[in-house]
Amino acid sequence: MTEASYQATSFPASPTDAQGALLAADGTPLKLKLRQSMRASRMRAFGLVLPLLIFVLASFVIPILVLLWQGVYNGTYENDMPRSAPIMRAWDGASPPSEAMAEAMVLDMVDARKAKTIGKVATRVNRELSGTRSLFTKSARRAAKMEAPYLAALEKADKDWADLETWRAIKIAATSLTPAFYAAAVDAKYTADGAFEMQSEERRIHVNLFIKTMLVSGAVMLACLLLGYPVAYLLAHLPMKTSNLLMILVLLPFWTSLLVRTTAWIAMLQSQGVLNDIFVWIGITSDDSRFSLIYNMTGTLIAMTHILLPFMILPIYSVMRAIPPSHVRAAKSLGATNWTAFWRVYFPATIPGIGAGGLLVFILSIGYYITPALVGGQDGQLISNFIAYHMQRSLNWSLAAALGGILLVIVLILYWLYDRIVGIDNMKLG
Amino acid sequence: MTEAATDRPFVHFDGVQKSYDGETLVVKNLNLEIAPGEFVTMLGPSGSGKTTCLMMLAGFEAATSGEIYLKGQPINNVPPHKRNIGMVFQNYALFPHMTVAENLAFPLQVRKMRRADVKAKVARALGMVQMDDFGNRKPAQLSGGQQQRVALARALVFEPELVLMDEPLGALDKQLREHMQYEIKHIHEQLGVTVVYVTHDQSEALTMSDRIAVFDDGVIQQLAPPADLYERPDNAFVAQFIGENNRLPGIVSAIENGVALVTLDQGPDVQALAVNCGAVGSRTMLSIRPERVQVNNVAGPNRLDGHVLELIYLGDHIRCRMQVCGRDDFIVKVPNSPEHAMLREGETCTVGWNTDDCRALDLAPGAM
Repeated sequence: MTEASYQATSFPASPTDAQGALLAADGTPLKLKLRQSMRASRMRAFGLVLPLLIFVLASFVIPILVLLWQGVYNGTYENDMPRSAPIMRAWDGASPPSEAMAEAMVLDMVDARKAKTIGKVATRVNRELSGTRSLFTKSARRAAKMEAPYLAALEKADKDWADLETWRAIKIAATSLTPAFYAAAVDAKYTADGAFEMQSEERRIHVNLFIKTMLVSGAVMLACLLLGYPVAYLLAHLPMKTSNLLMILVLLPFWTSLLVRTTAWIAMLQSQGVLNDIFVWIGITSDDSRFSLIYNMTGTLIAMTHILLPFMILPIYSVMRAIPPSHVRAAKSLGATNWTAFWRVYFPATIPGIGAGGLLVFILSIGYYITPALVGGQDGQLISNFIAYHMQRSLNWSLAAALGGILLVIVLILYWLYDRIVGIDNMKLG
Repeated sequence: MTEAATDRPFVHFDGVQKSYDGETLVVKNLNLEIAPGEFVTMLGPSGSGKTTCLMMLAGFEAATSGEIYLKGQPINNVPPHKRNIGMVFQNYALFPHMTVAENLAFPLQVRKMRRADVKAKVARALGMVQMDDFGNRKPAQLSGGQQQRVALARALVFEPELVLMDEPLGALDKQLREHMQYEIKHIHEQLGVTVVYVTHDQSEALTMSDRIAVFDDGVIQQLAPPADLYERPDNAFVAQFIGENNRLPGIVSAIENGVALVTLDQGPDVQALAVNCGAVGSRTMLSIRPERVQVNNVAGPNRLDGHVLELIYLGDHIRCRMQVCGRDDFIVKVPNSPEHAMLREGETCTVGWNTDDCRALDLAPGAM
């Protein structure tokens, strides 16, 4: 073979040290020398990214970590009820409440009422056992006048203090580092004796919501693929002039505000909207039985597919552009019909683009918020809307953080699966 | 050759024209007949229409007018996958997601061949190009030369009678290219398939072909075996395109028994073979190969003064640039032999040639 003649000729051996590492001409080890010579350029590169790095750390990474931390750590009770918290944690959760527990509780209540933090504490305990909020606020009002024995005084103020469940709920709230919120995020309940039990059927919402979110994301991804693949093909194979025009049409949504696009869909889809008017006009439906295309799951699916379509088209397009036309020609010259040439030669070459686009659309839609919030109505809400609800309305940040943490883990698992099945090196974003 | 040569051509381009925009013709009235088992090369500069001709034959471009016949059957309306023509592409076009063996099996699978037959044929094709041990590799794991071999094997594995090659060696380095030229030539001889080969590399064309069609401007300028093309070019373009060529412009002053008497623009009258020079009084371009120029001991009637401008030592010969008849691009190859003239820069000498070695051709556009 001619290739044999391309072997490199061997150079005289370079000097090495005792360990066999190569030495540079001045006697220092070659690796050290290389590192020294690269240092200046490395420092310069680091200097260039430093401002962005600081910005991202300060405004993005650290807040996210703090929020995630809240998912497993809620110090409300411990901070505002400093006497009671350690005693409650030490309690075994089974024996009758002791006088010491009651005394610490009453003294803390007095302080908390003065500091106006009793409401926060009451809300925290209420999350573990509903109904305890009023118990706390009511008892705290009377706490200043209570005298020993405190246990009896508490029970006199409200008979719920005699219930062991109340004290157990307090014990959970008193433990700052707790899996309770993650348990709640997957519809389970963390009990005072450290066990988990599932919520009753009618109170389970989160797991179903996660499943629904995944299904919606999968459906949106599939719809984007089915609609986007032919467009990407056209873009990649039309003459430059035409394809540039088409490309602008694909990119146009990117240049329009998300809010504008979503509200445009409201105008299109609502029951007195453009689409329904057309349906009535051409007789698909009658005026009094217009389709409900918005403020439900249909609206969410339609609007999300439209908004995420470019994220599918662009990676596929860029992969298609790189496929040499000679591959399909070769397949045809070898006897393959148009369909065989496409399916066995062209399509496999586009898989990296499909993978990238699919992953991108799926991950984006799993955390999609504004579109479902605007057009989703009641049944078109996704997990992100619940996270927003707990952040803004119920102010249960720890539960929001736990839900977000689970979402993050799901995305990471998907990413890992993708890497295992397709290979992340195979992903082409553009 | 697999079949006895018939009087019916294997491939026949009949008045084929091709235009992409309806305004200019890329291929102008192509008529070409190729015999079974022949190795025909389409040679020409880029944009001369040679690849377009190949693509029309393969079925990827439609002829704008005229008809192409394969084994006597018109194929203009036959889709590429039914033409049963093997093709080797410029960048090999191996399918990157398939192994070498899967690439080779592809044409057999689409023909619904039995699994055992596929395996045997793939093994045989790999053996033919000496790639037996590479069946499980992906194309990306092969060197350029190896990919080239696989592409060749894939174009041959389904035993087509006609194989098209579109500059298949263009991406290889010089040494490997020369090696592959011989290998392709040997496979052609061994299998007896008809090959249509496209290249812009004249040495490649000369090495491999039975006949060469020199393309320029959408027209076949000359169709001839390699030796004829070099020794007896029909026109100034072919003389210029194939090998090195000295040109001297002049006016035909007489034609006698196929020999033209030409008055050079800045020199005496000389004799040349009247090949393509028109009638008496028309302008002509004399063409002489550098190795056919005699220096100092000139025997014949054609003698000119040469002024040595530059000498380049090339081992087996010395390349000498001279000023002759006012043109300073006159090249002479002086063999490096003891009996031959020693030249020095700045020296004046006599150059000349046998009348048979000098051809009076047309005045190609831009040839001045």
